[in-house]
Amino acid sequence: MGKVLPLGGNYAVAYAVKACKPDVITAYPISPQTTIVERLSEFVANGELDAEFLHVESEHSALSVAIGAAAAGARTYSATCSQGLALMNELLYIMSHVRLPMVLTIVARALSAPINIWNDHSDFMSVIDSGWIMMMSASNQEAYDEIMLAYRIAEDPRVLLPVITSMDGYIQSHVVEPVEVVDDEDVISFAPKRKSWVTLDPDKPVTMGAVGDPNWYFEFQRQLWEAMKESRAVFDEAVAEFSKKFGRDYSAIETYKLDDAEVAIVGMGSFMGTIKAYVDRARKNGVKVGTLRVKLYRPFPSEDIVRALSNVKLVGVMDRALVPGSPTGGFLHSDVACAVRQAGLDVKTLGYIAGLGGKLLTMDNVKQMVDILLKYKDVKEVPKEPFFIGVRE
Amino acid sequence: MSKPLTVWDLPKDEFLAPGHRMCQGCAAAITIRHILKAAGKDVIVVMPTCCGEITSTVYPQTAWRVPWIHVAFENAAAVASGVSAAIEALKRKGEIPEEKDIKVIAIGGDGGTFDIGFQALSGTLERGDNVLYVCYDNEAYMNTGIQRSGATPLGAWTTTTPVGKVWRGEWRPKKRKDLIAIAIAHNVPYAATANPAFPVDLYTKVKKALSIKGPKLIHVLSTCVPGWRIEPEKAVEIAKLAVLTGMWINYEYENGVYRVTTPVPKRKPVSVYLRLQGRFRHLTDEDIKKIQELVDADVERINKLVGKQVIGPVES
Repeated sequence: MGKVLPLGGNYAVAYAVKACKPDVITAYPISPQTTIVERLSEFVANGELDAEFLHVESEHSALSVAIGAAAAGARTYSATCSQGLALMNELLYIMSHVRLPMVLTIVARALSAPINIWNDHSDFMSVIDSGWIMMMSASNQEAYDEIMLAYRIAEDPRVLLPVITSMDGYIQSHVVEPVEVVDDEDVISFAPKRKSWVTLDPDKPVTMGAVGDPNWYFEFQRQLWEAMKESRAVFDEAVAEFSKKFGRDYSAIETYKLDDAEVAIVGMGSFMGTIKAYVDRARKNGVKVGTLRVKLYRPFPSEDIVRALSNVKLVGVMDRALVPGSPTGGFLHSDVACAVRQAGLDVKTLGYIAGLGGKLLTMDNVKQMVDILLKYKDVKEVPKEPFFIGVRE
Repeated sequence: MSKPLTVWDLPKDEFLAPGHRMCQGCAAAITIRHILKAAGKDVIVVMPTCCGEITSTVYPQTAWRVPWIHVAFENAAAVASGVSAAIEALKRKGEIPEEKDIKVIAIGGDGGTFDIGFQALSGTLERGDNVLYVCYDNEAYMNTGIQRSGATPLGAWTTTTPVGKVWRGEWRPKKRKDLIAIAIAHNVPYAATANPAFPVDLYTKVKKALSIKGPKLIHVLSTCVPGWRIEPEKAVEIAKLAVLTGMWINYEYENGVYRVTTPVPKRKPVSVYLRLQGRFRHLTDEDIKKIQELVDADVERINKLVGKQVIGPVES
């Protein structure tokens, strides 16, 4: 089944989207996302993919078209990042709250200003409260796999929420890796289009996007909370069948050498590869360090994280998006710290801010991060301010 | 030639249910009602945030007997494009029967069309999407409480162009932007103006627009009881006076040809229209003269487009 192809992350995603047979694709060009929709345009242009492709005049209209198309019963796809995602912002909330499924890929890029087309997670992190299920890959294979998982979860009648899949801009999107591309028939049999949601049908007229006054608004929100919670079980079912069918693993988190670790670094995305490489080096010198990578961000896998970190003394959480004025400086750190605290674990956390606007993470940077953990692992009070890794002070 | 239509010939079907919360005398309600009569049951309606949206769909009630969606303020055209694209794709894939003719109509106010929704509208028109866009134009942001929009006419009082010692209502010295010309500049096959006081004309135009594939635009004047400071029972009369004074011209554009659908051989002076409305009560004779000049110029422009004098001079 399938074949291994050398693919950049964007092309890997385009192959996966094609195999999922979307009815409507709509997007606006923005680096580094653009080659996804370029490749999809080629698939439509040469007849390999039967879809309506709408060239809209903004990302705002891209998501508006997507909402209209999904409401009318189409399987829908779009991709964006950074300012494009920011321009979509109000519609992200509307799509999830009208409970329409779709898949949107974020090729993670810094938010302006200064304008910067390089990678960090500030776009991804800016929409974590929008009611979308959110995943972040670290390899092009994962970026590919996320698409079919996303359609399957989004259209499950127990869920009916849109899904964001993500990868690091340039580091993944434009770097070629071997990717196992499954036969299209196997993809669509794993994620067949389900007519599971209410649509605009003249034979069964419905009103969508009605006014929710104080008597009803809260109840809609409450239902969304339940759907998001329910989606975790659907995610688990999907990844279980995925690994059975394709022999690959996709899980909410990935742990590395955590079993006997005293200290751990938690993070997301492609930087975790560099950190794993450093962990191997440090382990040779007897440093008991491990890593945990969060792949499913919404719903947040608190229990998985708590289980994995329960024997660690000190956790350093790396955020690649800065939240000025927040208690920790980063959403990932806040969420991890909250999960640990809710579970009553005696595990301390401190935070790093790293890799903003495309600043790369070197082995020396990771050494610095691990050294900080070793310095504070037996200290009662750890710094509350995040450590800014790799910045010129 | 067949007998001209009268209101008695219009379908008895009502797809806008009574009990909606639109104001007494609201021209938008009349307009929507006739649009739906023309469209019939196989239609999907998209509305941006506007009076008609907020008053017709207060959950758990709805006044719409056809499928309807509201998403946001500035994107009705784009949402309609998405609906239209979905229908296209699903027909091709056999999920919707090929022979089922489902029309897509976006209906928005002037704020959602002239201003915040302008970019999305341009996208829909230039791509050639199969959508009918109707703007019901009450000449200000009435839903939020009568604020000035890009469609507010010269001299009109609004809550953000109030009348004081310095300001005297809306001061844009020219005619507001020409929505029909803008649509035509996108090379649409059909564009028209209509008016709730002429429901058969409105009905006929919607019918015609829906028979044409591609993007179409109809611009409808929408008298507004609270916003224009008028009595509910005067709403249709004032809409009619707009046409009789040349403040509003009912015409259509079809594949390069302009046609005035309500000829006015002798015009009434604009003061007849203006003096019935509280929003213009502060206007001096001098102000009215200026508005009359703008209207005269517009009448001349339309007569030129049509190639003959279908709108006549002001009767003395």
